[in-house]
Amino acid sequence: MSGIVSYGVYLPFWRMQRSAISASLGQGGGRGTRSVASYDEDTTSMGVEAARRALAWAPVGVQPSVVAFATTEPAYADKTNATTIHAALALESSVGAVDCVGSVRSGGAAVMIAGFRDGLAVLSDIRTGLPGGADESNGGDAAVALLMGSGSDAIAVGIGGAEVTAEFTDRWRTPGDHHSKQWEERFGEHMYVPLAEQCVTDALKSAGITIADVDHVVVTGLHTRAVNAARKAIGARPEALADDFAATVGNTGTAHPFLMLADVLDRAKPGEVIAVVTLADGCSTWLLRVTDAISQRRPARTVRQMLAATRDDLGYGQFLTWRGQIHREPPRRPEPDRPAGPPSARGNAWKYGLFGSRDEGGFIHLPPSRVSMASGAIDQMEMVRMADVRATIATFTVDRLAYSMSPPVVAAVIDFDAPGGNGQARSGRFQCELTDVDPGTVQIGDRVEMTFRRLYTVDGIHNYFWKARPLAEED
Amino acid sequence: MASHGIRDQVAIVGMGCTPFGEHWDRSTDDMLIESSSAALASAGIALGDVDAFWLGTMGSGLSGLTLSRPLKIQHKPVTHVENYCATGSEAFRNACYAVACGAYDIAMAIGVEKLKDSGYSGLVVGSPANDGTSATVTAPASFSLLAPAYAKKYGVDDAELKDVLTRIAWKNHRNGALNPRAQFRKEVPKETIACSPLVAGPLGIFDCSGVSDGSAAAIIVRAEDAYKYTDHPIFVKALSFVAGPATGPIDPAYDYTTFDEVVASAEDAYAQAGITDPRAELAMAEVHDCFTPTELVLMEDLGFAERGMAWKEALAGTFDLDGELPVNPDGGLKSFGHPIGASGLRMLFECWLQLRGEAGPRQIASVAAGKTKALTHNLGGGPGACVSFVSVVGSQLDS
Repeated sequence: MSGIVSYGVYLPFWRMQRSAISASLGQGGGRGTRSVASYDEDTTSMGVEAARRALAWAPVGVQPSVVAFATTEPAYADKTNATTIHAALALESSVGAVDCVGSVRSGGAAVMIAGFRDGLAVLSDIRTGLPGGADESNGGDAAVALLMGSGSDAIAVGIGGAEVTAEFTDRWRTPGDHHSKQWEERFGEHMYVPLAEQCVTDALKSAGITIADVDHVVVTGLHTRAVNAARKAIGARPEALADDFAATVGNTGTAHPFLMLADVLDRAKPGEVIAVVTLADGCSTWLLRVTDAISQRRPARTVRQMLAATRDDLGYGQFLTWRGQIHREPPRRPEPDRPAGPPSARGNAWKYGLFGSRDEGGFIHLPPSRVSMASGAIDQMEMVRMADVRATIATFTVDRLAYSMSPPVVAAVIDFDAPGGNGQARSGRFQCELTDVDPGTVQIGDRVEMTFRRLYTVDGIHNYFWKARPLAEED
Repeated sequence: MASHGIRDQVAIVGMGCTPFGEHWDRSTDDMLIESSSAALASAGIALGDVDAFWLGTMGSGLSGLTLSRPLKIQHKPVTHVENYCATGSEAFRNACYAVACGAYDIAMAIGVEKLKDSGYSGLVVGSPANDGTSATVTAPASFSLLAPAYAKKYGVDDAELKDVLTRIAWKNHRNGALNPRAQFRKEVPKETIACSPLVAGPLGIFDCSGVSDGSAAAIIVRAEDAYKYTDHPIFVKALSFVAGPATGPIDPAYDYTTFDEVVASAEDAYAQAGITDPRAELAMAEVHDCFTPTELVLMEDLGFAERGMAWKEALAGTFDLDGELPVNPDGGLKSFGHPIGASGLRMLFECWLQLRGEAGPRQIASVAAGKTKALTHNLGGGPGACVSFVSVVGSQLDS
């Protein structure tokens, strides 16, 4: 049975105090914080960040055969979003890419597809609702990627599972709307709890174990009341119930079962059993056993460490602006042009893959150039991926005039380390925007890493490209 | 291979320049008619006497029809030139070559730009269909990169740097206050400049040139014919234009304290003109002060100050109207704004007035003291990736 080979989690840099909502509106809010995708992020760009992390911990030479992307908030309809992730990961064209969009249940589909084909499941969501509502304060934004596979590579192998499907009207959203609606809460609880009990029972039976054998139980779903009731009803040991991050991150939709799973994997011991129970238009349960390989491929930074490195003081006005709930006065500057299809396709390796061209002398040209700056030689170049190469700020400026969803624009000239080097040698220079940054604290000499972002959207076309962000810590 | 130049082969015998400003009531056509008529009158000729035209504009029209239609030019060659902020200078350079080579007897170089009709702040430049990956910074942000780099390299602290930049703006506004054609004709107190709202990096609104409309024109003939038209022609000593490889933004060796393109074009121009000590030999210079740090760096790139010393010279008043080498005596881009296609010719217009002793209350003393040469400089693009133009003109033929 298929299992997980490596995993990666992306939490956005920003969180908002729920009390900021009630302070502005006099209603809504609550205690704790929720995570918030920045103005230049969407489910696709966050998916790229999670996927890069999962692949960074993959065994050498292992490449997914398919990218299966799941979200309830796709950046595009009619155009595959997974292909953007595929391009940003610089995967071979023979690697597949499919979307599973719609309900939270789509996350299970992506994992299923990736499981069948030793692929990469990318689960990403931006969850919000109308101002002052429960979805707004209880939702959260995050992405998780699971590289699936079997054999000795797996850090956790599937040992059983079950699906229960039921048709009932609990939560729904009309395509095009940005908030969902819900039937009376007690009806959903009435429907969900027996489904969860049946599903967990079936799954345990398939694996030939009892609930007492399960060391970590992840129970999640968008129906908070039903989830809480199900946690009790399935009879799990109280100490086995995994933290749901409700107090810090919020419910991240399709990503959430796997965010909680990642947190469990961050500390699980070999041999332990994990149950992932997801309530969404029925229930699905996935049983996994952790293997000895976990000790080799645990990410350097845990979910909790990542959470600790985020900022939790985002203003509610910024939040509403970033989610498109309020329209702010733009600068008296023209909107940028829409990115054109043909040049974007020709420059695919640059725009999505962040490849430079290295000449015979070792200098890397960004964007790729056919002619060497030093020698003038034509087409004597080797393409080099710079997305994972760190850099140092050579100089920067704060642009208060440029068009931006979140002014001011912080622009920097960054000098890349030599790829694979020790951070000393400089190999190429690039001018780009900084993101997730406080304009007042930027210094020449600061270290940065590259991050895939949505720069802006014009005529419905999202302009994806790379920015730099302050490096949290050198590994 | 060599840049020979056309020293003393052609001369300017007439010029015209509109006032620069927010011309809500004047169109591109109106400004072209005004500057061309003034230039023709100044040379004492009629439109029909001109054999060929070079029109510089970046965004106010396409093709020679932009000029021939409003002026009703009858089946003559009209060339449209664009080269970023050096556009007006490029029109002039190419018109000079056409006359020097003997193809035409009389040429007109004319530049125009209508910036204020766009409704936007700052300069707006359209770009070809692209992949959306080029940096989206504005011009002030691009040039603001010079200030901290210069300060760091030469050990100038933030407060000193602010004083230097403020003084450059103050000096140019002071000169502009004496110029009836300037967009801003008032002195601006240093405190106002220093405390103006930030636009990009350390640059406040007063560190930036204005946005204006304007037009200027020149009539060019062979040097031997010049005295037929005027007793005081201005001879072309040097014309240099270079485009750099635009590698500053991708080359870690570039340090944002110089424009390599300006150094190269200045060297070329001085060689053409036979100038060995520009600071001593030039009566004045009109330089591209699009932003205050640009003028600071240009003083070194053009050889007016030693490396790392321009900030001290600026504070000492070396480049003031009554200083050792007046820079931007007409008020510069700072006082005129920067209607792209017109700026280069507007700079030449100031040389034309000063070298002929016609600059009125802002007449520089160096001309009466016997200096006969003046320099104009434009650059287009930004630090590390730009085009640069340098001309030297003079009131006397070298023997």
